[in-house]
Order: sequence, then structure tokens, then C-alpha cells
Amino acid sequence: MAESLNIQELEQVVVRFSGDSGDGMQLAGNIFSTVSATVGNSISTFPDYPADIRAPQGSLTGVSGFQVHIGASKVYTPGDLCDVLVAMNAAAFKTQLRYAKPNATIIIDTDSFGPKDLEKAEFKTPDYIAEMGVDPDRVIACPLTTMVKDALADSGMDAKSILKCRNMFALGLVCWLFSRDLDVAFNFLREKFAKKPAIAEANIKVIQAGYDYGYNTHSSAMNVYRIESKTKVPGRYMDITGNKATAYGFIAAAEKAGLQLYLGSYPITPATDVLHELSKHKSLGVKTVQCEDEISGCASAVGASFAGALAVTSTSGPGICLKSEAMNLAVIMELPLVVLDVQRGGPATGLPTKSEQTDLLQVLFGRNGESPMPVIAALSPTDCFDAAYDASKMALEHMTPVVLLTDAFVANGSGAFKLPKLEEYPAIQPPYVPEELRGQWTPYMRAENGTRYWAVPGREGFEHILGGLEKDNKTGAISTNPENHDLMTRLRAEKVAKIQVPDLEVEGDKDDADLLIVGFGSTYGHLHAAMDELRGKGNKIALAQFRYLNPLPANTAEVLKKYPRVVVAEQNMGQLAAYLRMKVDNFTPAQFNQVKGQPFVVSELVEAFKQLIF
Amino acid sequence: MFTAQDYKKGQPRWCPGCGDHFFLASLHKALAEIGVAPKDIAVISGIGCSSRLPHYMATYGMNTIHGRAAAIATGAKVTNPKLDVWQVSGDGDGLAIGGNHFIHANRRNIDLNMILLNNRIYGLTKGQYSPTSPRGFVSKSSPYGTVEDPFRPAELCFGARGHFFARAVATDAPGTIEVLKAAREHKGASVCEILQNCVIFNNGTHDGVYDKAGRAKNAIYVRHGEKLVFGENSEFGLVQEGFGLKVVEIGKDGYTLDDILVHDAHCEDNTLQLKLALMGDGDGFPIALGVIRDVEAPTYNDAVTAQIEEVSAAKKYHNFAELLETNDIWEVK
Repeated sequence: MAESLNIQELEQVVVRFSGDSGDGMQLAGNIFSTVSATVGNSISTFPDYPADIRAPQGSLTGVSGFQVHIGASKVYTPGDLCDVLVAMNAAAFKTQLRYAKPNATIIIDTDSFGPKDLEKAEFKTPDYIAEMGVDPDRVIACPLTTMVKDALADSGMDAKSILKCRNMFALGLVCWLFSRDLDVAFNFLREKFAKKPAIAEANIKVIQAGYDYGYNTHSSAMNVYRIESKTKVPGRYMDITGNKATAYGFIAAAEKAGLQLYLGSYPITPATDVLHELSKHKSLGVKTVQCEDEISGCASAVGASFAGALAVTSTSGPGICLKSEAMNLAVIMELPLVVLDVQRGGPATGLPTKSEQTDLLQVLFGRNGESPMPVIAALSPTDCFDAAYDASKMALEHMTPVVLLTDAFVANGSGAFKLPKLEEYPAIQPPYVPEELRGQWTPYMRAENGTRYWAVPGREGFEHILGGLEKDNKTGAISTNPENHDLMTRLRAEKVAKIQVPDLEVEGDKDDADLLIVGFGSTYGHLHAAMDELRGKGNKIALAQFRYLNPLPANTAEVLKKYPRVVVAEQNMGQLAAYLRMKVDNFTPAQFNQVKGQPFVVSELVEAFKQLIF
Repeated sequence: MFTAQDYKKGQPRWCPGCGDHFFLASLHKALAEIGVAPKDIAVISGIGCSSRLPHYMATYGMNTIHGRAAAIATGAKVTNPKLDVWQVSGDGDGLAIGGNHFIHANRRNIDLNMILLNNRIYGLTKGQYSPTSPRGFVSKSSPYGTVEDPFRPAELCFGARGHFFARAVATDAPGTIEVLKAAREHKGASVCEILQNCVIFNNGTHDGVYDKAGRAKNAIYVRHGEKLVFGENSEFGLVQEGFGLKVVEIGKDGYTLDDILVHDAHCEDNTLQLKLALMGDGDGFPIALGVIRDVEAPTYNDAVTAQIEEVSAAKKYHNFAELLETNDIWEVK
């Protein structure tokens, strides 16, 4: 193994922690990203976990990974391939190597590579390193489990608890590799285990042991890295996942609007963490009902909205199908409602833990009748906060259901979140019936922007009945009059069409790009990174990423027609491209479509886009 | 103070003679007697003939989508527990497409007044058998008779751990008003099964008890704390025999009034209440009318409110800015 120790300055680095689902890889990854973010590095994380809760220990299907990308300047994605792979057992080594760069450093626990482990991981020879074609000089092979047991021999802990600390040894080793300050990690653990100080101290001891192991035996490592922060934006930060940011956005919007927050939900991967998060915050008055089914999740939210709450329902995958009927009820009753769809692989149960953008056309059009509904797609884990806030504001001010699209990638991924100041956010002002309309108000009277007024039960003189049947525009009574239905259909459509959304922003070579990349929502980071790479090689490239899907930004046609070539890149079979072709005359883009359940790979995007330029 | 007129709106469009007309009039009267302001009432229905009811109410309300009334009412009640929520469904709306929401609203014990207008038929879609139609029932969708057993609403309610079940006949205004007032008084999910006749598609389904004379013969009015007696001259009564109930004639076979069971609607154990509720299915027993079960239990909405107060007192953050501070925060300078 290599003898020398180099300290190398790096622009960015990707670390992937992998092991059994129960090995605590996510916690190790989270601490590493927090430690890195504290020194001002940009971070982006992505957990990659199997659908099974606990697949058999050491099996190939039970491996879960957590990837952290840290950079001196802005990083947009969790990274394609990793520079450092931590493999806690043979199965992880076997399945995760494909996510490692050819020259990546690989940390393995040799204690988990015994004959049985190798058999479970389907290795054919005892020399697993050679079998995988890995250069042994790139491997830090250490008896990690033994060392953890030794470190905690005097702790009085039982064997099972001791083994749970293995992840911290790996973390300590990685912290040494990247010259990280351990105090931040220690503080993190002391807070996390505030009620179990003995556990905190045991973990801390093991991190230190891992760090010291690296320091003392650096002969086994090739390089020690430093990543100096270059583009610091001063301020106070926290690490936040997309799902948590979404929940926070709803809380912030309810507070700004002066309304109670109601969530009706049914557990479904990968949306459940929003239910978990909101259920915690009773001291903010948040009410969450874990309903009997997806239908009730949405239907109860419609009831909550009628009663005067900021009403939200959250789901994923097949859940959005089940909610469609009640979403449509909110359309015809013109009540505010936010429907969060954390997209996952489909159809049917599909790939429950994996990410896709395959619900776009469904949320735009997948309901009976003419059913206009605004759709907003979050661009990144931290953007989920603003997107949830915007969706809530739009729903409340325009009296309409709004779909907020995220996906497993942004929902589970995380980024450094600059703490928002609620006073800097725009006011949220629902169109409550003005007092001067008392005596003459009917339920479908509209404000100037076409929005129906809101009369919340409890207000005397504004008693009224809404419903799923078409109503007369003037009286609010049930009506099957043909002209009235045509009018009401148009009024509902116009109301949504008139919602003001910001212009579509073009980044990169906005004046003279040879190729415009177009995407929506969560692919922003990967498409941006692909654009940067191509521009770095001298190509003229621009990027337009849609955040508002309905209504589309006013300058959409102008932007799409401005460039000689356009490629629409999305994680579906071409839904955004089809939608844009429908909305923009003579628009014939190239397409890049991938439905693998995995994030885009920047290098693949770059290769594909290159073909379009030359 | 309010009168029945204060809750009335519009001209009902039900068929002449439909049981829903009678029920609506009783609901208006019951609300006036209860005295809650129309502004504080929400009447929430699903789809079906009976679900048109909110349109004839001068209160807040929604005539929503098929089967979802209980779910929608749940959201409204949890959001605003002060709202007096009346959920109105038919047998198809409430027990077929909405069966899941019906049982869970009962299990959770949401403080809803749940009206089940049972005519044992789908009226609005013009005559198909419903989940309460008896086995062998001939309808447009069962020309040779159904080959399935019906639900008995009380069984579903009790099976879902319901704490209130009452029954009335739509044409019996005093009986209907009595159960509606009791349902309103009860804190928690209160199921009122209203036996209602569809004059077009299932005429005569409740004939045995639809008029006063029939009820005198074929029904028993149950009241908490009172003897379970019935008959035109209260000459019959119910006694317990073995694991079951038995009809006896007072003064015959050695039975005296002292032997007759006293109704206990407040008994936590629902065994005898269920037996009462299931009587009258051509089994020689009278149909029980009135409040059959009325047991106090914590409501979901009160528990939610209490938990919010409890957690608010224990936690140190009460607004968004304070929530942010509960995280691991670092500063980039």
C-alpha cells in the first residue's frame, strides 16, 4: 500500500457511505455534511435506500447508501460518482462500487468480509478486491468492527449497542481524510442524544478512534484533502431535506396568513416524512390527521379548507390517483387546497423509494371534466420551502387547489438552508368576502382577478352551500343551464390562467446559446451542472428550468423560440415536451428522457447534449 | 331564539311523498329546539337523493362527492370544533362507497351528527339494490334477486366501536326530533338511522312501521331507564332469556312488569343494545326506535385540542422563527 501522505486542495468531493439498511449510514452522512457545511462548504446530499425495511443482513438487496457532495463553490447535485466509498460490508462493496470513480478511495471493514459475508454477497473468490478489479492501493482495509469493540470494551455497553457505533468509526476516518474539525460532530451528537449522554459519549469516542486510526496509520491512505470555501454567503444555516423544507414552508405560510394549518394524509413513501414533520409541531397549532385512506386525506383537507384552514394533503405514487376526485371537488367549489405530490417511480406501486417526474401530465390533466389546476415544481431540497410557501399563497389568494410537485430525489436529498426571515416574505391575503357585500353576496361572486370570495363558517349573514354539482354563477344554486355551465367552465379556467407567475429565467449564454436546455423541477441541479461543464469547454449553452407549470410563465414561447436548438430533458418519456408542444405553436424540441428511478448523471447529460451541438 | 323557518331554504326537489321531505321538516324543527345559530352549523352530504338536503338548509354546508361526506366532515370538525357538523348520507353513499369513512369516523369518535337515510335502494341512479337491500332483493341490477347479505347499520356502527346509535322513522316527527336532539347532545360520532321510504323504486320497504298504527304493533320505542314494553296497550315486553331476548306478554306465563328489562343506553357493553338494534328483521320482534346506545367517550376533536394545549405548554417554540432555532444551526461569516 502507498507510503506517502499528500495534502491536496480539492474543488469538490463526493463521499458515499454504504452498508446494511440498519448500519446508520444516513446519520454518518448527515454529520459529515453538517461538519462540512459549518466551514462554509456547499453541500448536497442524496440517500439511496431499498424498499425493504430490513432486508436480510449482508444481502445484496439490503444495501443502503447516502451520498454527500461538498464543494468549495456552489454544488448543484449530490454528484454522479464518488471520490470516497465507505463500504461497511461485502454486499455494499459489491453493489456500490458502480457509484465510485475509478480512482476512488474505498474504505472497507475487513471484519465484514468473512467467508459467510462473501457468500451472501455472491463473491466467487476469497480475494474480493481483485475480483472486483480494484487497485488494492486505493483501499483502506481495516478491521473496523474489532477496533470499535476495543474502543468501547470498558463502556459497559452490550454487544449490540457497541456494533451500532460502527458507522461513527467510518465517519471519524472520513473526517480525518478531509481534515474536518471533530468538535462540530461532537456537538451534533451531544444534541442528538441529549437524553442519552452515555450513547453520545460512546459515539464520540468511536469517531475519535476512527480519526486517530487514520492519523496514526496514514500510510494506508493516499491523500488528505482540504476543501476551502470560496463562495460563502454569510448567514445562519441548517441542513434540511426537501420534505422537511416543504413542511416548514406550509408552517410559514399558515403563520403569515394567520390561519390554522391542517394536513390530511395517509402514509406513503417517499412523502411520509412531511406527515412526520408536521405531526411534531402541535405547539404551533398544526393539526394532522392520519386518515383511513388517500381519499380521506384529500377529502378531509377539503373539509378543513371549507372550515377556514390552510389545508394540505400529501402523497406520492398511486396516492395521487386516489385524491383526484376530491381535488376536483376543490376545483368546482373553488376552495384553497395544496396537494403535495412527492413523485416516485410508477406505474402502480412501481419503484416506491426511487425518483421520477412521471406525474406531470396527470396533475395537469388527470381529472374528469375541465379541471384547471395550478402546478408548481420545486427545484431543489431547499427550494421546497419557497415552493410550499408559494403554493400555499397561490391557493389561498386565488381560491384554488394547487399541486406542489417534488420527488423522491429532492424530498430525501438535503442542502444547506439559509434560515429564512418570515417578515421578508410576501403577505398572504385570502379574498374574504368584504363586509359591504353583506345582504347581496352569493357564493360565486368574484373579485376583480376572477377569484371567488371566501366566507368561512361562523360568520353571520354569509351562510351558503357549496358542492360538487355545477352552480349558477349568479345565485349559487344548482344549475344545469347549458350557457351557465359553459360560462362557469370558462370562469374557472380564466381564474387560473390569470394567476401571475414570474418570467422563465434563462441562465448561461442567454443571448447567444447554440443550445437551450429545458427542464422542470428537481432536475435543475443536474441540468445546471451539465450546462456548466459544457460551457467550461467553450460551448454556448443556456438553461431554462420551469418552476411554474401551470400557468406557464408569460415569456415561455419567447424563450423557447429564441434559440436554434432546444432540448427538453426530463425523467419521464417526454411529458413536459408534449405539454410545451401543446402550448407553444411549432415548437419541436429534441428530447432527453430517462426513467431509471435514479437522478440524472451529469456526464451522461453532457454526452447527450454534445451530440446536439455538433 | 330561532324557529324552524330560520333553518329553511329553497324548495326541495324530492319526489312527492319521498321520506326525505318528512325528515327535512323534522331536522328544521330539531335545530330550532336545539337553538344553535345557522352561522355555526355545517351540513355536509355526499351524493344521492338524500344528499341534496344541504341545499334546503339556511346554514353553511356542502353537497360534496359520492361517499366522502364523513371524511370531509372530519376535516371541518377537526379544524373548527365549535362548528356544529351534521353529516347526511343515504345507505349507498354512507355504507357502500363511503363505508370506510363511516367506520373510521365512528372509530375515531369525531363529534359528528351522522344521519343515515336508509331506503334500501339507489334512488338517484334509478333503482339498483343497495348494501342494505335484503338478500334476494329484485332490482334493475338484480333482476333475479341479489345473492348477497345486507349490512345492518347498527352492526357496522358497533363493530367500529361507535358510541351512539339511534333509529327513527322519517314520517314519525316526534320520534325523529327526539333522536336528532339526543344525537346533538351526545359528544362524539352519533349515528341516526332514519327509515325512509322511496316511493318510486322501493315503495313500502318500511311499511310495517311507516305509519302510527304500524309502529304501535311492530315497533318498540326505547328510552334509557324505562321498561322495554310495546304494543298498542303496552301489553308486551322484552325479557332476557339465555343469551338472547324474548318477547313476552305481561301477565301471561307468569311474566309481570317486574320481569321486563329496563333499557340502558349508557351501558358500555353493547351486547344487549346490539340485540335491540338488530330486532325486527321478520324475526317476531318489534323494530327498536329511539336512542339505543348513548355512551360517553373522549372525542377525537377534543383530544386534538387538548394535545395541542398540552404540547404547547411543554414546548418552548410557538412560532416559525422559534421553530427554526430548534435545529442544528451554524453560522457562515
